[in-house]
Amino acid sequence: MAGVQQRRVGEVKRIWDRIGSEIVLMRTAALEGVRIADFCWLWAGAYATGLLALLGAEVIKIESMARVDPSRKMTLTIGQAFEGVDHSPVFNSINLNKLSVKLNLKQPKGVELAKKLVQISDVVTQNMRPGAMDNIGLGHEALKEVKPDIIMLSSSSFGAEGPLRRYGGYAPSFAAYSGLTHLTGYSDAPPNPMTGSTDLMSATTSAFAILAALNHRQNTGQGQLIDLSSVESLAVFTGDALMDYLMNGRVRSRRGNQDDIMAPHNCYRCRGDDKWVSIAVSTEEEWQAFCRVMGNPEWTRDEKFSDTYSRWKNRDELDRLVTEWTVNYTHYEVTEMLQKAGVAAMPSLSNQEIFSNPHFKERKLAVEVEHPVMGKQVVLGAPWKLSETPAKVTKASPVMGENNDYVFGELLGMPGSEIKQLIEEQVIY
Amino acid sequence: MSEQALDHLKVLELCNFVCGPYCSKLLADLGAEVIKVEPPRVGDEARKRGPFLNDIPHPERSGLFLYLNTNKSGITLDIKTTKGRGILKELIKKANILVEDNPPKVMKELGLTYRELKKINPRLVMTSITPFGQTGPYRDYKAYEMNLHHAGGEGYLLPTQSPDLTREPVKAGGLVGDCICGLSSAIATLAAAYNLNETGVGQYIDASKQDVLMTMVLLEIAMYANMGIVRNRLERPLLMPIPMECQDGYIMISALTDREWQDLVKFMGNPSWASDEMFSHWLLRQTNGDKINPHIGEWAKHYKKEKLFQQLQENTLAAAPVNTSEDLVHSAQMEARGFFAEVEHPEAGKLRHPRVPYKFSETPSKVKRAAPLLGQHNESVYCGWLGYSKEELVKLKESGIV
Repeated sequence: MAGVQQRRVGEVKRIWDRIGSEIVLMRTAALEGVRIADFCWLWAGAYATGLLALLGAEVIKIESMARVDPSRKMTLTIGQAFEGVDHSPVFNSINLNKLSVKLNLKQPKGVELAKKLVQISDVVTQNMRPGAMDNIGLGHEALKEVKPDIIMLSSSSFGAEGPLRRYGGYAPSFAAYSGLTHLTGYSDAPPNPMTGSTDLMSATTSAFAILAALNHRQNTGQGQLIDLSSVESLAVFTGDALMDYLMNGRVRSRRGNQDDIMAPHNCYRCRGDDKWVSIAVSTEEEWQAFCRVMGNPEWTRDEKFSDTYSRWKNRDELDRLVTEWTVNYTHYEVTEMLQKAGVAAMPSLSNQEIFSNPHFKERKLAVEVEHPVMGKQVVLGAPWKLSETPAKVTKASPVMGENNDYVFGELLGMPGSEIKQLIEEQVIY
Repeated sequence: MSEQALDHLKVLELCNFVCGPYCSKLLADLGAEVIKVEPPRVGDEARKRGPFLNDIPHPERSGLFLYLNTNKSGITLDIKTTKGRGILKELIKKANILVEDNPPKVMKELGLTYRELKKINPRLVMTSITPFGQTGPYRDYKAYEMNLHHAGGEGYLLPTQSPDLTREPVKAGGLVGDCICGLSSAIATLAAAYNLNETGVGQYIDASKQDVLMTMVLLEIAMYANMGIVRNRLERPLLMPIPMECQDGYIMISALTDREWQDLVKFMGNPSWASDEMFSHWLLRQTNGDKINPHIGEWAKHYKKEKLFQQLQENTLAAAPVNTSEDLVHSAQMEARGFFAEVEHPEAGKLRHPRVPYKFSETPSKVKRAAPLLGQHNESVYCGWLGYSKEELVKLKESGIV
């Protein structure tokens, strides 16, 4: 009898294990089941939820013809306007996997519908000037009333508190304020604002903060408001310079590619048109290997270069001498020779060169998506490989209002006639 | 209810210098219990790098190390020894997350691959941060932050607005290249932690620094594939924002939309040059930027940067001074937000540190402890977490493993 029972227990356990593992297998994305009502726009907002969409969150972008995301219409980076609102490769690149609804928040009915969307969401994101969401009745307090455990991210240039809270800004201005711009560029030339990367860095910070709050809510059931400052999101990347000032009162400035102690540590001209290789030598072992690869030229035995500190002190002369060697080779040749000897070297790659780079191809960071209006588009996916729940590009960015029916009809259960009516009233607009 | 967002997570850090330590610092600052494992005697490389307090090199007074390791516990362990690896595995059994940044070859040689570690902790989330990832022809290549900034595609574009191509492309300032990779890896780590809590399934994360840096300039990169545009760092006839020189530094002004442009022109007192037809539309201004910028430069140089910033912002224009570290430390905004906080360290004394760039309404980030002294928490971790006796710990110390 006992044996039978044991067999039955064993059977039940096997069945349970099978069902259990099937339940697990059904989940394919890390953030599956997380819904985000996304009021963000521009790059710093869009890419934050873009990263979470790559991880499987259902991101519903709330847009309106009354307030079109400028990245749907133009790019200032190259000074180009795009036709209509669905022809922007820029918008497409940072809004992958997302859904889009049209909702006019200038209409009270639009605000009411937005609240209903928040009610069925886990996270709300916005990057208007602090106070703007409160003014239209979608502030954190109001949203907490309809969804008590909502996580809300409010991202702005200077943060929602402090004397500058109402000041606005784009990436060049918040990068400037943060101290990062001052530290970028040649030592004898003006500071440099970098590229639009500073926007995406602020966005990456937002995505991290949201995930921390999601983990907390999963653990405790508690939602919260996150007040993120883009200025601070970049200032934290200058920790060494800030600590130097705070500890020693020293104000650091930009210095090209130079390092505190390493030399050689620079980009060196190579054969070809505007081709450069970056070389960094840290240890004595690396220096010896570097000299060997260059064929141990006479100058490497000069006292001026006999130890780490001397090399650093005489780095300008050292850089000139290294260049005399690198100009004879392509940046890939130098890279290969030095890497084989255990010395850190990499070409400074242009956007064109990246696409023919064998490592880039192998990592499959770029993928092709079919955009409903633009057709085939090349986009970059997520920079990490998760073994069980891979981050994936599942679709192109949405065309404006692409998912009105799914969101208003299926998710909110509104009858078709009501949706039609609201379209006519320019609420769904 | 927990006090901080991540205080349910136990993290083991097997990282060195900036990138990996920054990744787990982000978790520690939001409450995760992070145990940093350092090699005995020498410790983390950052301990040897400045800035040092009063410019006197000392492994416990590196501002870089102090900044990157706040809120962590620190132990020493020689993982190159068999015994050391055995102890590490005991720690891994008790952790939710392992963050490591060793070369793929080294982890394999040490038998510390995810495949092995999963056997002892099936729920483990393991994040490996390496220059080029675990796959591909460059996986064993060596690269420092500057190399990666150039391999990632942004270096080639800097400094933007260069007059010609005679000078070398440069990396971004500060610790950007390493920190952004640590931050991005923390996203994947927390997504995996979320998934773990939903399903009980751990996983492995292969984070490539080069890939992270490429995604930061994904718009520039995709521009080649989709529009055939090859980018470089040459000056383009674009309208600001470029730094405009003031009496005491630089200011960055953005006046890109028609509304902003009109506000700026009005603020400048409606100069006659601004009424030219070729400046009448944003697209025209964008392509005639080289004709506008000198006028604005001529005007801006009569101002002080902070004053002009305040005045422009009062007119709803997105401007900002190009701040130095000193400017930022003395900014009333940073002061009001408590961005700098005092941290007391047994060797370095009381120092102000930069904090975190976000405020959580319910679970604010806290400074619980300063960066650990080398091996400071050996006893509490080995005897507390692992239940070793003090005698055993002494033996491990004598044999140089701890």
